[in-house]
Amino acid sequence: MHNRQSSVVYEQFDDRTQQHEASSLGMWIFLATEIMFFGGVFTGYTVYRGLFPTGFSEGSHLLNARIGALNTAVLIGSSLTMALAVHAAQTGKRKLLMAFIVSTMVLGGVFLYIKFFLEWMHEYHEGLAPGLHFTYAGPQAGHVAMFFVFYFILTGIHATHMIVGEGIMVVLLVTAWRGGYSAERYNPIEMFGLYWHFVDIVWIFLFPLLYLYGAHF
Amino acid sequence: MSEHIAPRKMYFYVFFGLLILTLVTWQVAYIDLGKWNTVVMLIIAAGKATLVGTFFMHLRWSASMIRLVVFAAVFWLSILITLTIGDFFSRGNAEHQPMRTGTVISQSFSPAAKR
Repeated sequence: MHNRQSSVVYEQFDDRTQQHEASSLGMWIFLATEIMFFGGVFTGYTVYRGLFPTGFSEGSHLLNARIGALNTAVLIGSSLTMALAVHAAQTGKRKLLMAFIVSTMVLGGVFLYIKFFLEWMHEYHEGLAPGLHFTYAGPQAGHVAMFFVFYFILTGIHATHMIVGEGIMVVLLVTAWRGGYSAERYNPIEMFGLYWHFVDIVWIFLFPLLYLYGAHF
Repeated sequence: MSEHIAPRKMYFYVFFGLLILTLVTWQVAYIDLGKWNTVVMLIIAAGKATLVGTFFMHLRWSASMIRLVVFAAVFWLSILITLTIGDFFSRGNAEHQPMRTGTVISQSFSPAAKR
């Protein structure tokens, strides 16, 4: 690096503030498209729940709200470690940054493990997976199936986002290990942080809508 | 430094705030408040999302241009949800007309409906 400045500010930007605002703006516009992506399925959920409230609360009652609450706590924890990773990057602490990226990856992994092995596998074996293995009977069976369609689509696309996030974190971790980030250059960490927190916000809405709707029966 | 660096303590406060709100929303769900369950849940969820956005995602220190993008996204989402709900819920309750709804759905998915 014969010219240190060039490694910090790319040539199309005047200064670091402009560069930082440009990447933040780009990331937020991407997140706005993500809001509309999830928003469409949320709207579908709202409409069908409004049409079939009994079946939806019956379906929601079949989910384990305790596991849902535990997973919410795990994901909020991973958001904390991600925020601390950004803080470590801002203050130029390389080892701390790596430690917090690893913590975020582990907590995200715990969430996905619970989601896949303790929930999806369980629901599949219980016969609550529409189209694959659905044996739930009763007058509301069709509407309960509709609830589980939304459950698997919503938690499925949410988990897909988390798996993508885990992949990006591998890249960030390797780059951090090689010393690619400093107190002057940490935009990728911060932008990924925005993505990870967004995924957390999606779950914050999924938890009450899917797990808690039928809890009081 | 061009960007604001928040004190590390703040992230822990926000984290504990989020955990407490999760506990509250989880426990309130076991009390039957009728339609108000959903209202309470959505208010708490919106509060949690605001906490994450304001502090974890640094919106408190962001440029107004970025806040405008966030506002536009949430506003557009509210148009999508409000107008769709306004349409469906002004048609009457489909749960009390299961045959009619059932027929409409099965017709639109059956090969005979495709002409």
